[in-house]
Amino acid sequence: MALSGLDIFKLLPKTNCGDCGVPTCMAFAMKLAQKKAELSECPHASEEAKATLGAASEPPIRLVKIGKDHPLEVGSETVMFRHEKTFFHQTGIAIQLRTSEGESTLEQKIREIEEYKVERVGEQLEPDLFLITHDSPEKDIFLKTIELVIENSTKGIILDCAEYETLKAGASLLKDSHASILLKKTVTDEWIDLAKNYNCSLILTSESYEDLATQVEKTKQAGVQNILLNITSKNTGLQIQQNTILRRSALKKAFKPFGYPLFNQINTESEFDMFATAAALLCKYESIVALHEYNRALLYALLTLRQNIYTDPQKPIQVDPKVYPIGEPTPESPVFVTTNFSLTYFIVSGEIENSGISAHLVVCDTEGQSVLTAWAAGKFVGETIAKFIKTINLEQQVTTRKIIIPGFVSQISGDLEESLPGWEVIVGSQEASDIPSLVKSLSLT
Amino acid sequence: MNFEIPKEVNTGKIIEVSIGATPEQGGTRSHTVTIGGSTALPFHFFEGEHPHRPLIAMEVFDKISNKYPSSLLDYYGDVIQKPGEMAQKCVDEYGAELISVRLEGTHPEKGNKSADEAAEIVKQVLESVSVPLIITGHSHYDKNNEVMKKVCEVTAGENCLISYVEKDNYKTIAAACIAYSHTLVTQTPIDVNLAKQLNILLTEMSFPPEKIVMDPLTGALGYGIEYTYSIMERIRNDALAGDKMMAFPMLVNPGYESFRVKETRAPEQDYPDWGNVELRGAYWEIATAMSLLVAGADLLIMYHPQAVATVKKKVEEMFDGRGGD
Ligand code: B12
Ligand code: SF4
Repeated sequence: MALSGLDIFKLLPKTNCGDCGVPTCMAFAMKLAQKKAELSECPHASEEAKATLGAASEPPIRLVKIGKDHPLEVGSETVMFRHEKTFFHQTGIAIQLRTSEGESTLEQKIREIEEYKVERVGEQLEPDLFLITHDSPEKDIFLKTIELVIENSTKGIILDCAEYETLKAGASLLKDSHASILLKKTVTDEWIDLAKNYNCSLILTSESYEDLATQVEKTKQAGVQNILLNITSKNTGLQIQQNTILRRSALKKAFKPFGYPLFNQINTESEFDMFATAAALLCKYESIVALHEYNRALLYALLTLRQNIYTDPQKPIQVDPKVYPIGEPTPESPVFVTTNFSLTYFIVSGEIENSGISAHLVVCDTEGQSVLTAWAAGKFVGETIAKFIKTINLEQQVTTRKIIIPGFVSQISGDLEESLPGWEVIVGSQEASDIPSLVKSLSLT
Repeated sequence: MNFEIPKEVNTGKIIEVSIGATPEQGGTRSHTVTIGGSTALPFHFFEGEHPHRPLIAMEVFDKISNKYPSSLLDYYGDVIQKPGEMAQKCVDEYGAELISVRLEGTHPEKGNKSADEAAEIVKQVLESVSVPLIITGHSHYDKNNEVMKKVCEVTAGENCLISYVEKDNYKTIAAACIAYSHTLVTQTPIDVNLAKQLNILLTEMSFPPEKIVMDPLTGALGYGIEYTYSIMERIRNDALAGDKMMAFPMLVNPGYESFRVKETRAPEQDYPDWGNVELRGAYWEIATAMSLLVAGADLLIMYHPQAVATVKKKVEEMFDGRGGD
């Protein structure tokens, strides 16, 4: 909750000593309210002032980082619905490694998951974390698995092990890696100390709100601030409900014990069911979901959903409007035209590449809208395209006078020809995937 | 530690809409289905009622689109050419709760089948299954009007869900729905204001509100789903805040939209990072369906049998035995 300048002034010594660099306490209070100064600049501030102002400047949901080199950041959300502003930190995807799977399987899995990266709309998508669950009777394999992950991967780690000594040995291997500890029973002092000593965050688990809040208070007072909440429930409907209640309490009621990111480990038998649950929870406030199975198709679909839900609704992902060379075009190479919606651009440029020719791809400024959307809004019509081609001086750069437009806007070809004297407008395929066969049929190669 | 669950009380309620008609009601269906009635956001059982759970319909065709993926053809084989038999398979084997008959083949550029042919196909499906029907048309206004008028007439009294009308083309079909007792879908392109406007236009012609279902227009996963998702959340929030012109159940098309996009068809050998194409199709549709479900979908038309089974089981689980008819 933001405090006004006057609220802050009431907490200051009111001596106007000037040690903070401004002449009066009031002036300093105004600077604080505008976040142009920090309370520590006043050497005389009382403990009460520090406590109150400190709490007021904390975000309603804490930002927690897991991992060392490229840590996953979760939390720090400010709205219930993405259309109210945006969701800031996308759901982290953790993949479970069970020590009972045995060393060779685990090693292969770690490599496979580490290698899995897929590009979509110019962004690289990949899972973020490993959840290491110790369910083998042998102690050593837990440590071995942690070592394997450290050796083969830069992803963050969540430790899930019920035996204190084993966990401690594991955590010591990860001292400054900002690992996280998944605690499935009520938190006690020794676990808190362990998290503190090894600089880990703690995932607190409970099926009851009251108990969860009590555990959070205890953990916080004992000095561990990096907390995640794992409220468990018996089905996905209730999980959505509980997640909503936690998020709403933090944002709308300023209920501090629930001002932390949420974690959920999905335990279902079927891969399909697990996927459906993950998809729903990713939309409804889960900061981390842990999966017990994976395959490429599953990851690709889930990562795409995450990319979609976590884009900023105010700005569609777009590329710069200009001419993009595909391959090594010469002045005679054909010209294709499309919009600057990223999705459209990446699909179309990819398919022109697939067709094996070199070309000039003119990407018009449609404020990030797709072909039909932009056409319906009057931003991708004969006149606007011709104007864009004139502004970028395309006619001076190429000698070809053939321009290929998307099939979905065949109706603009007449207008475009009129606005671009000397050019032959060719109506292309509707789908970009048909560009390779279009190129063949037009003998452009 | 004390904790009080923060509840939000809504003044609005989603209108309950029934589809289908039994012999006593003038139709031939073995039962009717009802959607809507919610007084809270999806799955918020703690602060409102959800008397009916979302339903899953499956779709049959008068003409197979050339985009129809082979991974789905494997499930249906020849039956795909026979809408009646396909409908039966969808209901008996895959658990479809309604059947949508898509009449795309009547589009002048996609087969130009006649209104009479379309009517025959719809009658065939009516005879093959006893669940309520959805009739899905296209956006060629003149032809669609002609086809839908005919179909409404030959199914008089069945209370089919006629999908869909748009802002520039609603009068003829709406009139046919009133004359022959059907329910109607209003479709608008991902826009809150347009959605509201169209519903107002309909009610101004005395179209009964309990016969309207709205289609906010589905963008598939990776192809605009985030827009559909947020528009649906906004519509549902407005409805629950008391806006009666937004308070209709919502229909979405995860099947049709997902199986048009490349990601559900491209072979794994061309895109190794995308994984197995058969699985990918199912996942793509499940992701589309699940996200729209949490955004407020009441009726989902789906394609992949595995996706249908997964989402239906999930919905039942999420309702924890509650509701559903
Ligand atoms: C998401 C979406 C939106 C989003 C915008 C997304 C964006 N950033 O553009 C929002 C919600 C904002 C929106 C708004 C509108 N929309 Co809209 N929208 C869609 C939706 C669902 C998906 C569009 C999309 O992302 N497609 C994916 C991209 C990749 O497709 P694409 O750009 O066309 O590219 C493909 C091809 O064209 C081809 N291609 C592209 N370039 C080239 C180049 C060459 C040379 C070749 C050969 C091929 C080629 O390759 C691509 C892949 O195959 C479609 C319906 C649908 N399911 O398709 C409606 C749709 C496009 N929208 C429509 C309308 C009417 C509108 C609005 C006017 C409605 C309104 N609210 O007033 C507004 C206009 C915006 C405005 N007023 O500013 C209509 C257009 C009607 C028509 N047939 O003309 C559609 C078709 C929906 C419908 N059936 O009514 N929309
Ligand atoms: S240093 Fe502190 S007490 Fe002195 S003027 Fe600044 S705010 Fe007031």
